[in-house]
Amino acid sequence: MQTHTFDVIIVGAGGAGMRAALESSTRARTAVLTKLYPTRSHTGAAQGGMCAALANVEEDNWEWHTFDTVKGGDYLVDQDAAEIMCREAIDAVLDLEKMGLPFNRTPEGRIDQRRFGGHTRNHGEAAVRRSCYAADRTGHMILQTLYQNCIKEGVEFFNEFYVLDLLLNEESGEPVAAGVVAYELATGEIHLFQAKSIVFATGGYGKVWKTTSNAHTLTGDGMGIVWRKGLPLEDMEFYQFHPTGLAGLGVLLTEGARGEGGILRNASGERFMERYAPTIKDLAPRDMVARAMVQEVREGRGAGPNKDYVYLDLTHLPAEQVETKLPDITEFARTYLGVDPITELVPVFPTAHYAMGGVPTNVETEVLRDNEHVVPGLYAAGEVACVSVHGANRLGTNSLLDINVFGRRAGIAAAEYANSVEHVDLPGDPQGATIALVERLRSGTGSERVAAIRKDMQDTMDMNAQVYRTEATLKQALGDVQELKRRFANVSIQDKGTRYNTDLIEAIELGFLLDLAEVTVVSALERKESRGGHAREDYPNRDDVNFMRHTMAYKSTDISGEEYVRLDYKPVVTTRYEPMERKY
Amino acid sequence: MAAVVEETVVPETEVPVATDVTFRIRRFLPDVDEDAHWEDYTVALFPTDRVLTALEKIKGELDGTLSFRRSCGHGICGSDAMRINGRNRLACKTLVKDLDIKKPITVEPIKGLPVEKDMIVDMEPFFAAYRQVLPFLIPEGHEPTRERLQSAEDRARFDDTTKCILCAACTTSCPVYWTDGQYFGPAAMVAAHRFIFDSRDSGFEQRLEVLNDKEGVWRCRTTFNCTDACPRGIQVTKAIQEVKRALIFRRV
Ligand SMILES: Cc1cc2nc3c(=O)[nH]c(=O)nc-3n(C[C@H](O)[C@H](O)[C@H](O)COP(=O)(O)OP(=O)(O)OC[C@H]3O[C@@H](n4cnc5c(N)ncnc54)[C@H](O)[C@@H]3O)c2cc1C
Ligand code: SF4
Ligand code: FES
Repeated sequence: MQTHTFDVIIVGAGGAGMRAALESSTRARTAVLTKLYPTRSHTGAAQGGMCAALANVEEDNWEWHTFDTVKGGDYLVDQDAAEIMCREAIDAVLDLEKMGLPFNRTPEGRIDQRRFGGHTRNHGEAAVRRSCYAADRTGHMILQTLYQNCIKEGVEFFNEFYVLDLLLNEESGEPVAAGVVAYELATGEIHLFQAKSIVFATGGYGKVWKTTSNAHTLTGDGMGIVWRKGLPLEDMEFYQFHPTGLAGLGVLLTEGARGEGGILRNASGERFMERYAPTIKDLAPRDMVARAMVQEVREGRGAGPNKDYVYLDLTHLPAEQVETKLPDITEFARTYLGVDPITELVPVFPTAHYAMGGVPTNVETEVLRDNEHVVPGLYAAGEVACVSVHGANRLGTNSLLDINVFGRRAGIAAAEYANSVEHVDLPGDPQGATIALVERLRSGTGSERVAAIRKDMQDTMDMNAQVYRTEATLKQALGDVQELKRRFANVSIQDKGTRYNTDLIEAIELGFLLDLAEVTVVSALERKESRGGHAREDYPNRDDVNFMRHTMAYKSTDISGEEYVRLDYKPVVTTRYEPMERKY
Repeated sequence: MAAVVEETVVPETEVPVATDVTFRIRRFLPDVDEDAHWEDYTVALFPTDRVLTALEKIKGELDGTLSFRRSCGHGICGSDAMRINGRNRLACKTLVKDLDIKKPITVEPIKGLPVEKDMIVDMEPFFAAYRQVLPFLIPEGHEPTRERLQSAEDRARFDDTTKCILCAACTTSCPVYWTDGQYFGPAAMVAAHRFIFDSRDSGFEQRLEVLNDKEGVWRCRTTFNCTDACPRGIQVTKAIQEVKRALIFRRV
């Protein structure tokens, strides 16, 4: 076993992790631990853009952006955090341009901007051009640009290192961050990393669902690790289903397609969004569009042999515009469905996309251990975190923004804190739990297989905890997941080797997914209202009297020693916007 | 409204059927094997399934030791370049229907990088070459308060090479790269092109030094393997030619 000592450890090399690393590495001795090569991170899959009120093509300002974010999030957004994000958005975009990001340009040579769902002029008057983009490869360009700048700055990476545990110690009876334990894929060796500050930037957990836009590797490790330490997870019932996944596959087609003028149609060719959101129609926020699509299918207006999808129509747009502004998604439709968007309608249906919830932090990205107290030295940013700027439903383009704004803040805060304290001692037997986890899986002789349990979990979550939920479906999902957890205890893997043991890794990742599926469902069961991405058919209205509050879930043990998910609540921060009914 | 649908082609609605497909996979487990060998696996697949789906199925249902890298599953992260029927491709972007399934489909690791286990190769030499060409913007003068201006035409000049996902399909299809330790390989050239032709960049002299130093560029024999291999459709050979020309005439 090897031990390493740094000032700052960043876990994750997606947009949030590398943006943090660029700040932290110039201020303190920093290492980035990542299970993927940095450029493989899923930030690279992001397509449509990153919003900032640059006002390059029409009048705009950050206050309008803040309002849209709060309203889009169905008023569960912490408004102080949203204000910070939308104000700092402008510099975040300009910083990326200065680092070399090749944005699309206006005729004057400025950064071009386009429309995106839920982003409006003057508090909802009409759609506004706010999204800064590079064709439909904005995330790819962000990821590449950040990695390139990390090379320039000489940031130290530990590639294909899987962080499996967080080490906390106590100082005057309070938990403080001390380090992490990592598993090196190439060798199977366990490494201890001692650090003064630790930043989690591990991304989302879309692989809980079967139909998803997320990568195979988005297994919620960071959330799972924090959860197992007894730290809370916030608002896990709020998971976003993006309207336009390729039907049956889940591969994403950006909302930018509708920003460029694309239209959703049902089997008879009707532009059905006119009925659901008369003002901004196809550019309504994602939760509303996803529900409208499911509604169309349920009422028999779906297309295809099983009437189980709707169409995205780009055929009326000039071929040139589609090829140049949306080249990648055009290729996805051609490659994976054999459909040419220039001349044909593309079958689409909602796909599991984005976690609004996650590890609770304050606006300085410090991780909370309850409603008030932080864990000194522990930070989180990006999709793993819940600040909460997205509330009950994230607006498109606000995640690439989130990872840049709060990634930067995390890097600065972590480095400054590290420069002000000494290392905390590692707790006793720091690697013990990780070695036990690895050995249990490696030596397991049970009859259960990882792939089978994962499939069953994804099936029940797609069936019972997707766009629409009821008490009955959620109870079904909960029972199923708990049964799958029992089966997981009896899992065995075939690869007993030490080198590049991806069989072992998949088993560990499944363990995290099962934990997160359970937290998601329990949180959803208790939220007896419909708000943003959480639509309860048995409670169809928003209930501000009882549920204008964040869910805080904790891993707990009852008197008989049974583990269970304990729920608590946290108030929403409101600054200038009073909750209103959400109409578009 | 309905007229719009009638004018456009409504997608085919055939019900697909699964067929047994055999994969002949080049296996090497460093913990147990002395040498690499071939092994056959048969799985039921739909025509629209990807080779990656097949590998996932084999790993999940038949043999958990089968090892390969993958992440995004749709050709955007560059994890799963491998030789499929003798050609470098991304497993997640190769559909069963585009392969001849009457014969076993061969799957091997990409060539020219040390094989660590099954499809997993050591990527370090590849990334090291990338890092050497200074793959970052080297601007000149004071940092502006707002964005640097760039015309749409100037932006288009290097658009093709911004698409690279560092999958190594090009570099590991290059016969010069296989035999010559000095050559940076096509992917590094693509990265150099990305910056040399960016109107905001002033690092030409620095990059020129690096590229001339090890005869890094001059080994290219224009075999076009790289262009054929690139899953992003980048005109790799053209980019290399443009870099060479820029070096000869010392200007972009
Ligand atoms: C297809 C798609 C399109 C999207 N389009 C947009 C868009 O247009 N605009 C927008 O704003 N948002 C978009 N999003 C959302 C946005 O891209 C993501 O939310 C965001 O990129 C997440 O960034 P991140 O840095 O938090 O995580 P990621 O980029 O997912 O990075 C996670 C990192 O953590 C590392 N990691 C994970 N677990 C471990 C572990 N155990 N040990 C070590 N390292 C670990 C991984 O290696 C990786 O480097 C899109 C998302 C998808 C899926
Ligand atoms: S140029 Fe093409 S083949 Fe080569 S690394 Fe880049 S994406 Fe892969
Ligand atoms: S898995 Fe990402 S490119 Fe194939």
